[in-house]
Amino acid sequence: MKKLLTIMSTSVLMMLLSLGTAFAEGVEAATEVATIDTGDTTFILLSAALVMLMTPGLALFYGGMVRTKNVLSTLMQSFFIIGLITVQWVLWGYSLSFGPDINHIIGSLAWFGLNDVGQLPNADYAATIPHLLFMVFQCMFAIITAALITGSFAERMRFSAFAVFIVIWATVVYDPLAHWVWGVGGWMREMGILDFAGGTVVHISSGISGLVVALFIGKRKGYGTEIMLPHHLPMTLIGASLLWFGWFGFNAGSALSANGLAVSAFVVTHVAAAAATLAWVLTEWLYHGKPTILGAASGCVAGLVAITPAAGFVSVIPAIVIGLAGGAICFFAVSILKAKLGYDDALDAFGVHGIGGTWGAIATGLFASTAVNPAGADGLFFGNPDLVFTQLFGVAVTWVFAAVMTFVILKVISVFMQVRSDENHEDIGLDIAEHGERGYSYQDITAGSPLSFSHVASQSEPINSSILQASHSKSH
Amino acid sequence: MRKITKIDVVTRPGKLEELKEALADIGVMGMTVSQVFGCGLQKGHTEVYRGKEYNINLLAGIKVEIVVCEVPVTTVIETVKKVCRTGKIGDGKIFVYPIENAVRIRTGEEGDIAIMDRQEDNS
Repeated sequence: MKKLLTIMSTSVLMMLLSLGTAFAEGVEAATEVATIDTGDTTFILLSAALVMLMTPGLALFYGGMVRTKNVLSTLMQSFFIIGLITVQWVLWGYSLSFGPDINHIIGSLAWFGLNDVGQLPNADYAATIPHLLFMVFQCMFAIITAALITGSFAERMRFSAFAVFIVIWATVVYDPLAHWVWGVGGWMREMGILDFAGGTVVHISSGISGLVVALFIGKRKGYGTEIMLPHHLPMTLIGASLLWFGWFGFNAGSALSANGLAVSAFVVTHVAAAAATLAWVLTEWLYHGKPTILGAASGCVAGLVAITPAAGFVSVIPAIVIGLAGGAICFFAVSILKAKLGYDDALDAFGVHGIGGTWGAIATGLFASTAVNPAGADGLFFGNPDLVFTQLFGVAVTWVFAAVMTFVILKVISVFMQVRSDENHEDIGLDIAEHGERGYSYQDITAGSPLSFSHVASQSEPINSSILQASHSKSH
Repeated sequence: MRKITKIDVVTRPGKLEELKEALADIGVMGMTVSQVFGCGLQKGHTEVYRGKEYNINLLAGIKVEIVVCEVPVTTVIETVKKVCRTGKIGDGKIFVYPIENAVRIRTGEEGDIAIMDRQEDNS
């Protein structure tokens, strides 16, 4: 806890130090003539706001799927990341990702604290919008990527360990990966790997990292023997809807201009999400006899994930194929693969984002067409089988990099702090144990919540009642 | 003091309104109602979440607790049977208990008088 406080106070201090330069720069930029396109700027401003909304959407999507006693801890992880990663991003994350290239591996710290990132466009990334706008648009991507991972370790990770893990992960996994794929001079970008809006950088990286965290910290207590039902599926559906809505900013906005390509990306994004919703629901209907709401919500997200890398490179019919296959593949990943292999990826960050992102990256190699985007490449079905191999290579590198780095981070953190929650904290629920508050002031028996006073009091371990008293006295 | 009897009715949630009305008609005005979960001869049902199947065998029910003195116990039982019987598994149970004493907290009255609804109390 002390370490965390030190980290936080240092960050705030560094932020204050960099304020001076940021202000000076704003004044300077305003006086110069810029080639800013107002239509593009408006569109990307709104797109950035749309992508921001995806993270609270994700919080609700995940929050509805956990048990009553862990709803706040799950919401908190995503929401807190908006704060945490924004500060990390403007201080050093953006510079590491998009700053001046060092050996094709990483951006330099030349843009630390957004030094040299101002109101003028940076033609390397987006020539018609302010550089600051490109920065903040990308900031939203960094936020949601980190938040996606939380689904895998929901209901059992200590908050302090989570916060430290996320900051380090963003710095040593997301930032380099974003530089490789999107940064000027990044080696994957130079290889011709296509990733329009973040299939590898966002979805594969978070999905694989999620799987590694899930394996590292182990299953939730009672996994496989206790009933663990989603406690609020309407909340999950609201979250899925916000994700779908925000994804238009994510994919169409990645055109970085209000043009035909953005519209094309918007349309294929919507089509793929729709097709995947159908595919997941129908597959589940055939397999388990009933079409479920959770299936529909999961399906649309799977489709959105799958189309993400391809959004700016494919036309409508391929989008339907990508969506249909994405929905079905992800359904089998979460309902059969997960059960067979026995890992507890609690909310299927890996099953949906890791698997869906991998399919999307490969599908980009199959269906990409220069007729859609001359800046892209032709895929297998347009006479260029090489692109499939390029994409597969990109996928493999991302898998290995994200997995190894996540494992190393966890190993290192676990030397200094306890990563997994105590068993009795897990029993009580992380809402009370970690945050000292509860999501609902009522309890009912179907939620399987052991939160009631009588339950805790009847346990013989004295630590249980002392925790409850501690959390209780704080609330008074 | 006349004999006081407690009658617990555990039955389907959908029968609550009808049961309340039927009991009011025979003069039973007071009752305590709880939402309960239970299992018996019913098999329960299966729920599927992302392909994971759960067998839910604790089913939702209601428990209506009534304490009577003036109204005959057999009348109450007959009324409940008439309202709650569908003939299918899951209609529920009626339990009858003798009560040793009752206290009306407001006045401190004890025994049968404590559970009787008097006109002057309503005015």
